[in-house]
This record gives sequence, C-alpha cells and structure tokens, in this order.
Amino acid sequence: MNGAAGLAAKLRRIRALVRKESFQIVRDPSSMIIGVLMPVMLILLFGFALSLDVTSVPVAVVLEDPSPAATDLAAGFRLSPYFNAHYTTSMETARAMMLDLKVDGIIRIRPDFARQLALGDAEVQIVVHGSDANRARLIEAYAQGAIAQWSARRASAGQPVTTGPVAVQSRIWFNEANDSHWFLVPGLIVMVMTLIGAFLTTMVMAREWERGTLEALFVTPVRVDEILWSKTLPYFALGMVGLSLCFLAAKFLFFVPFRGSLWVLTGASMLYLLVALGIGLFISSAVKSQLAASQLTLVATYLPALMLSGFIFDLRSTPLAVQAIADVFPARYFVSLLQTVFLAGDIWPVVLPEAGILLGMVVALVAANRFVTRKTLA
Amino acid sequence: MSPPGVRVPAVAADGLRRTFRRDTGEIVVALDGVTLRAEAGSLTALVGPDGAGKTTFLRLVAGLMAPDAGTMTVLGIDVAREPQRIQDRIGYMPQRFGLYEDLTVQENLDLYADLHGVSAADKRRQYPRLMEMTALGPFTGRLSGNLSGGMKQKLGLACALVREPELLLLDEPTAGVDPLSRQELWQIILHLVAEQRTTVMVSTAYLDEAERCGRAVVLHQGKILTQGAPDEIARLADGKVFLADPPAGQTARGLQAHLLGAQAIVDAVPEGGRVRFIRDGAADARVDALAQVAVAPAQPRFEDGFMTLLRRAGDSRPASVVTLDKPPERQGDGVVVEVRDLVRMFGNFAAVDHVSFEVRRGELFGLLGPNGAGKTTTFRMLCGLLPVTGGTLRVAGVDLRRARASARQRIGYLAQRFSLYGDLSVVENLEFFASAYGLRGGRKRARIDWALRQFELGDLARLPSRHLPGGYKQRLAMAAALLHEPALLFLDEPTSGADPLARREFWQRINALTEQGVTAIVTTHFMEEAEYCDRVAILDAGRILAQGTPAEVRAHARRQEGREATMEDAFIAIVEEARAHGHPEAGAA
Repeated sequence: MNGAAGLAAKLRRIRALVRKESFQIVRDPSSMIIGVLMPVMLILLFGFALSLDVTSVPVAVVLEDPSPAATDLAAGFRLSPYFNAHYTTSMETARAMMLDLKVDGIIRIRPDFARQLALGDAEVQIVVHGSDANRARLIEAYAQGAIAQWSARRASAGQPVTTGPVAVQSRIWFNEANDSHWFLVPGLIVMVMTLIGAFLTTMVMAREWERGTLEALFVTPVRVDEILWSKTLPYFALGMVGLSLCFLAAKFLFFVPFRGSLWVLTGASMLYLLVALGIGLFISSAVKSQLAASQLTLVATYLPALMLSGFIFDLRSTPLAVQAIADVFPARYFVSLLQTVFLAGDIWPVVLPEAGILLGMVVALVAANRFVTRKTLA
Repeated sequence: MSPPGVRVPAVAADGLRRTFRRDTGEIVVALDGVTLRAEAGSLTALVGPDGAGKTTFLRLVAGLMAPDAGTMTVLGIDVAREPQRIQDRIGYMPQRFGLYEDLTVQENLDLYADLHGVSAADKRRQYPRLMEMTALGPFTGRLSGNLSGGMKQKLGLACALVREPELLLLDEPTAGVDPLSRQELWQIILHLVAEQRTTVMVSTAYLDEAERCGRAVVLHQGKILTQGAPDEIARLADGKVFLADPPAGQTARGLQAHLLGAQAIVDAVPEGGRVRFIRDGAADARVDALAQVAVAPAQPRFEDGFMTLLRRAGDSRPASVVTLDKPPERQGDGVVVEVRDLVRMFGNFAAVDHVSFEVRRGELFGLLGPNGAGKTTTFRMLCGLLPVTGGTLRVAGVDLRRARASARQRIGYLAQRFSLYGDLSVVENLEFFASAYGLRGGRKRARIDWALRQFELGDLARLPSRHLPGGYKQRLAMAAALLHEPALLFLDEPTSGADPLARREFWQRINALTEQGVTAIVTTHFMEEAEYCDRVAILDAGRILAQGTPAEVRAHARRQEGREATMEDAFIAIVEEARAHGHPEAGAA
C-alpha cells in the first residue's frame, strides 16, 4: 500500500478516528465541562471580579493630632463612599483591629501633622492589609485619592497654611513585593488553552489506555501517527472555540484594548495550543492512568500557567532560580506574546523570538510523542 | 490466503519466551519455550489456569509485544519484524474488548470498518450478515455502554469480523457471559470456521468450550503441557474416570469432600446427584471413602484429561479445608433467610420482581441467572445495602428494614469484585476488616491468626495484596468475610473470572464451611457449579423461573442426544421457554 491509494486509506482512517473523537467529546459530560463550560465560567468569574468595585472598606483612622487640619482630613474618610472609617487615637488599637481582620487598612495621622503641614512637609501613613494584593492596591489608591481630594479642597478654599503637598507614605503589610499586574485577558486565554490543550487530551488518552480500548485499536491497520492526529485535531478545534470565546469576551464584555493584529494573536495561540496538546499526549502515553496523568498535568501545565507565567506574579520580581524554572514552561512565552499583542501591538522583536521558542517546543514534543507512543503493550 | 498447494500455517511459534518485570522487581516468566502450529482454517483453543500465558501468547500473535527469544510467524510474516503487516490482516478481540461505550452499536461498527478500509460495497454486504449473526440488528442505535454483557461481547466480535479477517484471535470471549450468550457466541465462531474457513484461536477458562475446538493447547505456567485433539487429551484419563453414587444419608457434596481428601484421587466434582471422580496412581491403593459406594466407570471428558495433566505437572491440589474455631450452633434446620415477594424498582424498571425463596440453616443455596437477571440486586437487599421497594425480607430472624446493624453482625459478604485494599498487606487488610467488625485485643489477634492459618496465607502475610496471585486474592477476600464468624455467608459471583483450579479450591472451602453448619447463598453463572448447591433458584429478568434441588431443576431439560442433560442445558431450556411465553410463572418446582 503506497502512493495515492495508501494516502487515501490513511486519510480515511484519520477521518474515522476524528469522527469517533468528536462524538465522544459531544457525549461525554466531562469533555463538555472542561472544553466549553469551564471557559465560560472563567470568563464570568474574571468579569465578575473586574466589575466588583471595592466599596465600604473598613479602615482605622488613627488621629494622633487633635488639630483642626488633621480632624478635617480624617473627616474626609467618613464622607467617602469607599471607606467605612473607625476612629481611634492609638496606633496599638488600630494594629489590633488589623490583625483581627476587623479593618483592611490604617490611615495614620501623626501627632506633629499640623506642625509639619505648616512647614510644607506633612506626612500621612497608609498601611494596607496585603493578604489580598489586588484589594490592597485598590485600597491604597483610594486612600491616596481621598487625601489628594482633601489637599485640593484646602487649596481651592485658599487655606493659607498649605505651603506644600501632603506626602503619602504607603506600606503594605504581609506582601511586601506586591508588584503584580493583572492582565485579565492574557490570563483567561492561557488558562483556557491549558485546560483544553493539556488537561482534556491527557484525560481522553489515559482513558483509552485504562479502558483497554487502545488494545483493540492497535490490531487494525491504524498507524501511530494517525492515532496522534485524531487526538490532536478535535481538541485543537475545541481550543480555537475557547480562544474565540475569550477574545469576544475581552473585546465586547470588558472592552480591553487590542493593539496588535488578530492573526498574530491566532498564530501565537495555535502554537501554544499545540505545545499544550503535545504535553498532554506525552504525559498520558507515559503514565497511562487517568488519575496519575491528570495530577501530573496539573503540576506540569496548569500550575505553571497560573503561577510561573508572569500573569499573576511578575516574573521580574522573582528570584533567578524561579525565573529559570519558569523559562522551562511554555506558558510564560505565551503570556509575554499575549501581553505584547494586546497592550503594545505587533512588536516583532518580542513576538518573533517568543514564537520561535514555542515552535521549537512543538517540534520537540512531536518527536517525543512519536517516540513514546508505540503500538505495544507492557 | 496462502496459495493452494503451499500450506503455510496461520500461526507458527518456535521456542517463544517472554518475561515481565513486576513492580517488585521480580522477573515473571509468562511464556517459556512455546512451540506450536495452527493450520489455516483450524479452530484452536488455548486453555490453562490463570497466569498460564494465554493472553501473552495471543498478544504476541497480534504483534502487540515482541518475544524475548524465539520466533512468531503469522500468515507467513515474522511478527516481531513487521507487526503492522499482521495487524492489517487479522481480527483481534482482547479480553476487555475496547468498545467505545459512548458510541452507538452502528458507530462502533463504522469505526472499525473504516479503520480496516472496508469498502462501501463490502459494508452493504457485511453489515446485514453481521447483524443477523449477532442479533444486534434492533439495537444499532443504542449506545454500546447500555448493552448487556453478552451483547457487548457479540458487538466486539462483530467489530473484529467486519473485515473478514484471515485469522481471528479471541481472548476469553465468554468470560463473565451467561450460558445463553455463551452458546450464541460459540454458534457464531463455529459458523465462521465451517463456512468461511476462518482460522480461529481462542483462549478460554471453560473447559467444555475446548471440546468444541479441533485442537487444544494446554498451557501451564508458561509451558505447553500438551497439545492435540480434545478427545486425545480426554483419553489421558481413560479408565480412570468413575461415577459414584453417594450412600444413603450422604450428599454428593459430602462424598465429594471425602474423596478429595484421598491421595489417589485426582479430582472429584458433583454431577447430577452423583460424584464424578478421577482415580490415579496405583490401582490397588485403597480409598476409604469408596468402601461403601457403588462405582461405575465413565467416559472421560476433556476436563478429566486436563485435570490429570495438571496433577502430573506437579500442581499439588491444596488441602482447601476450613475448620471453624466455633461452628455456629445447630438449632435444627430453621429458616435463616426468608424472602417474600421481594421487589426492587429502579425507576420504571423492576430489577427484582416478586422474588420469594427461603434458605435453611446449613444449606448451600445457589442463585443462577444471566447477566442482569437481578442476582446482585437481590444480594444487596439481603445484605441491607439497598432498600427494598416491596415485600418482606428476614435474615437470621431479623427484618432488615428495621434492624440492619444487628443482622449485619451475623452475615459475611463477599462482593463480586475484589474489595480489599491493594496497597495494604495481607495482614493489614485482615486487621482493618477485623476492626471494622468490632473485633479487639486478644480475640482480634486470634481471629487473624486463624485466618492466616486456615487460608494458608502465612507466608504472604507481608505482601501488598495487589501482588497476590489471583487464587490467593480470593482466599484473602473470603478470610476477611469470615473474621467475625458469621453464621450466614453471601457470596456474589465468587468464581467469576477464576480458573478451574481456583474454582475447585473455592468450592471445597465452601463445602467445608457448610458441613460445619454455616449457611451460604452463592450466585454464579458457571452452571455446573450449581451441582455443589443443596438447592438452586434460576432467575431471569428479575423473576424466579425455577427452584429446587439440582436434580429437580435438571429435570426441566430435554435429554440431549448421547449424553445426560446438564445443568446448563436445563438453564437454557428454562430461560428460553420462559422468554418464549413472555414470562409466565414458569415451572416452580
């Protein structure tokens, strides 16, 4: 069997397997949950988190200076809809409230506030509970805003005492290196691609090993590459559906700016999806049990995509060792590509090398999969 | 197909050797110096106990593994060198046939037809034929996951046959399949060999199936003990097979137990109210158990030859007796289990439909029936694991709907699947179950010692139970179920998937237990095992079709030409008749 007839037979086998796989995706609730429901859930979740404005934050206002200027500033926090202020004169009380999680922040007006203000060198200390980094940044920004408003109000009223701006001294407790950037859309796309690409393929391939369906499949004219094709194509298509969902949500639900070109985004996503599929197939061929394969996939793809890709934690602020580990996983290159394409545009000096690395990974994984997937048992 | 004149054997194995490495690092020899030929158009059976190497051999034929040494030539092709060329031409049905359960019958067939490159014209010709053969025609739109066990096997066979393979490999195609489906599967296989000259190689744990084949290969621990026509193998037991009538006051079961105790007896099984036994060694050796017994010579069967061979191969029959520390008190022969009009509905479907029976103290009661007959559901209700929809149920004098916990203390349950913890050692499993039954301190230690001694598990006490050989797992499960000294035992398909030797061992133990006054209820779909029971009930589609002693139930069957009707003939006759009449209350004995 060679030439055109051989090719036709090959294509027919691939088509039969792809059709079988598609039926299974549609009928198996777990595929549909991971492939369709999860992306939608993630979109809604992220969207919900985004629209959740922080209001009525409990804060302690430590008024150590009884001067009119200080009292006026403190009153500003009571009026703001963003804060729910508790007044105290002792930093100790405030600290205790913070530790008991009764308040999420402390605004401290020092005893010499009025005097320093007169000298044009006043300071207000803002302490924020950093356990939730995102919320901490918002609280910090609101507090600064409240103080800035008070300054502006004083200036417009022509209060003579103001000779200089109030310096805000911010401290974030419990999470000193809070330097994260929340890139909603890149995060979404990475999560969805990883889930569909790696997680789903791992499960379906390991399931075939576990249920013994591959044993019967092996003793047919089917070739190894045909099995791999049939496990790639349907999930690739599903991944592209996920990508479109995320992209549409980004553009029309959250109005995220998109400065690059659509085809660069698509190309980069396709590359990452292939890498994820490759890893999924590799793990399941090597481990052959659904439980072990899914755990390995979680550790090898999902967690790195969440934590080592730079979309939640900025990699530049991590130790060199962590950066070196992150370099091994494909997610960071994809996040870098996405951030560039969304926020900066098609910056070729960034896009080309990152895409090149992903392409290299695809080639390596294809070779590795051809090597580990054999039509043999034991 | 080989050109006429030049007869290339379909399968030719020469000095095959294949080993595996266990997780523990130990090397297991699966096949050792196996040499055999299967001619084109022949039907060959591979028989042997578990671990004999049957599955490994078939996988080597299919090119799913390469041998460590020796050569395998299939259809004139060296399998190790060109496995794909073999896989392009043969049909293979693995033990757990890989049907896609979320695909319909038709979609499964289409998949295999396309993978084998069956043309549209051939499909049009083949499909109706396959559907007629397997009687799956009305179910083409059903998801294969919703088929019964027997139908799944038939669909698996149809998928393997869709290309009309030159060689068909079947790995235990009838394991776990009820007698009716088993008969249908064999009709298909025999038809293929007779009409289409397909070469078939089939492995089986049912020794009567080997009798239907042209050749049988007996494997034991990776080596071939013998190969030849089944009646040649049967003749190994020529002049050694006898039927004994138990003397008055003794049951066939009791006589069988006594016979198995004698050195000169190779094998003894109850059959039609008598005991069939094989006598070996010096003919003058006295067998005390036979002193008062009328004995008549019998025609040897394949099974007799097989048992003789295994005995010669040094497979010493374990002394499978269990002695209870404290046999249950015998208070006459009161009713221990009483079931009246038991009903269990799952939605609109009656899994158990007005079932009534009773079991007396010290009795061995068998529930027989095809897959899905309601045996396991009945069991779960008896054990208090599943609420009943209607009817009454008294176990050990207690209504299970009220007092489940107290009744459960008196029963032991052996579930259909091996329900022990594979990662725990033998002793740890026993300790766990002992604690679960509320045993403590000295009593717990005494019971575990008893279990290790009685079931000969002492040497393996520290081994993780998943590494136990098949027969030993069964022993451990049974030991665990007996720890709290139950007076009543429920055994759900205890011998399903077990080889002939393990099954004999099991029945010997059950026999010993009931002799000591334990009451046991057993389900099985090995019909000949019904002969071990005092009374049996035949279940189909949730109803009891017949009930009585094995002899009474056997009387339902027409006499077969040339031989006595077996329990299996009776079962098939009863179920077919009931199905034909749309389930009247057929023949309650």
